Amino acid sequence: MALARAFTDPVHGAQQTFRAVMNALARPGTLQPVDGLAEAPAPLSPVAGAIAVALADYETPLWLDAPLAAAPNVAAWLAFHTGARIITAPPQAAFALVADPAALPDLAGFALGSDIYPDRSTTLILQVADFAANTATSRLRLTGPGIKGHATLAVAGLPADIAERLAANQALFPRGVDLILAGPSAVAALPRTTRVTLVET
Amino acid sequence: MSALATSGTVAASGYNFAYLDEQTKRMIRRAILKAIAIPGYQVPFASREMPMPYGWGTGGVQVTAAILGASDRLKVIDQGADDTTNAVSIRKFFEKTSGVATTTHTAEATIIQTRHRIPEKNLTADQVLVYQVPIPEPLRFLEPRETETRVMHALEDYGLMHVKLYEDIATHGHIATTYAYPVKVEDRYVMDPSPTPKFDNPKMNDCAALQLFGAGREKRIYALPPHTKVVSLDFDDHPFEPTKFDHACALCGATHTYLDEVITDDAGGRMFVCSDTDHCEERRAEGHRGALLGEAPAAIAGAAE
Repeated sequence: MALARAFTDPVHGAQQTFRAVMNALARPGTLQPVDGLAEAPAPLSPVAGAIAVALADYETPLWLDAPLAAAPNVAAWLAFHTGARIITAPPQAAFALVADPAALPDLAGFALGSDIYPDRSTTLILQVADFAANTATSRLRLTGPGIKGHATLAVAGLPADIAERLAANQALFPRGVDLILAGPSAVAALPRTTRVTLVET
Repeated sequence: MSALATSGTVAASGYNFAYLDEQTKRMIRRAILKAIAIPGYQVPFASREMPMPYGWGTGGVQVTAAILGASDRLKVIDQGADDTTNAVSIRKFFEKTSGVATTTHTAEATIIQTRHRIPEKNLTADQVLVYQVPIPEPLRFLEPRETETRVMHALEDYGLMHVKLYEDIATHGHIATTYAYPVKVEDRYVMDPSPTPKFDNPKMNDCAALQLFGAGREKRIYALPPHTKVVSLDFDDHPFEPTKFDHACALCGATHTYLDEVITDDAGGRMFVCSDTDHCEERRAEGHRGALLGEAPAAIAGAAE
């Protein structure tokens, strides 16, 4: 099996991808452009693949959802480019890659950190279809750190009960998981501090 | 010093971009992401030995190296000044190891690494402020055990800090803490703002820029996302008050800035000047003149042209 490449320029490719994720987490609801890795093996999306390669390594166990775990190319590509262990127990995951966020497992099943070390929690990378307003399945109103007043985020592909799930996650603060939403060409983020309500349409 | 802005220097060969290896950068980047997700919480990280001693900003340098990109423009200040040893050597370190453009102008910078000041000019959403932090734990001098301070943060048990501030009032009649003045972040974590003067504390609140804090020796990273609520601890009957000055800057005449006292002779002569050199130069270029500007050497007075 021939393995596909990752970043053409590993140093600056990883830096630009990280910086987009950093800005997305610092400003929840904003869209930060990311150049995806076109060679990421399906069903891993180019942007999710770029984020994984930029942030994961031998220190960070990766959990894959069912569609990703069913594709052997994905685990092989991630293992080669990151050196990360692919694990099956969500509570041990530093990063969780989710290709089908409509079937997102219970967030409380992932590592939530402890009251003393709340940073020891899973970061979920969700592949979402789109951030376009006209195709969105969830319109979210966001408040919290990083947001002046409030922000809105339109997303296609999240579960219908995402606001309740995120509210339950937010109530655990300072514990909880952080969500990175990987779209087709941009990234947005919902850290545990963000208070999310569904906007009726 | 006269203002300078380079448009990209040539990095020395033999270094990875911005000195650190890629695995170290990833580790620091992951810590930064968790720090942003938990504002004011100190994330442990595997701080590396840097080619400068602890106390010279190794934490800030590692944070800057982890976020820096080829298109960034870096400014480094030490107590507000671009031209003091720490600022000059860190700026040269990144010029040499990354080749990124540097500047002394606050408005032009995308990343500002600072030792103990926040620039006078309002920061923007396109900027990141990186603090060099010596002791990240605000409770450290009250409780030396890390295991205990961790639990105190977990339980939001900050009574001891209020006792410390109260003891200031009992002894001095007012809260005598003037720098590293503790703040509470988003009504949850008490945080050390690093030894910035308390004059700068109000600028941390609702700041448009992302603020990152790196402590190299103590191996901690923490963060304030933009527009985060940052409140200086105080009491209803002893409210927080930023430092005020009875003087104006002797060079630019500013009365709204943080001033340094400079001894000018051995007969008690002294002057007060802006600690933020870029802001002071900018004001002089705009025509503002302080009381002593006429007596200043041409290199300084000439900046007004």
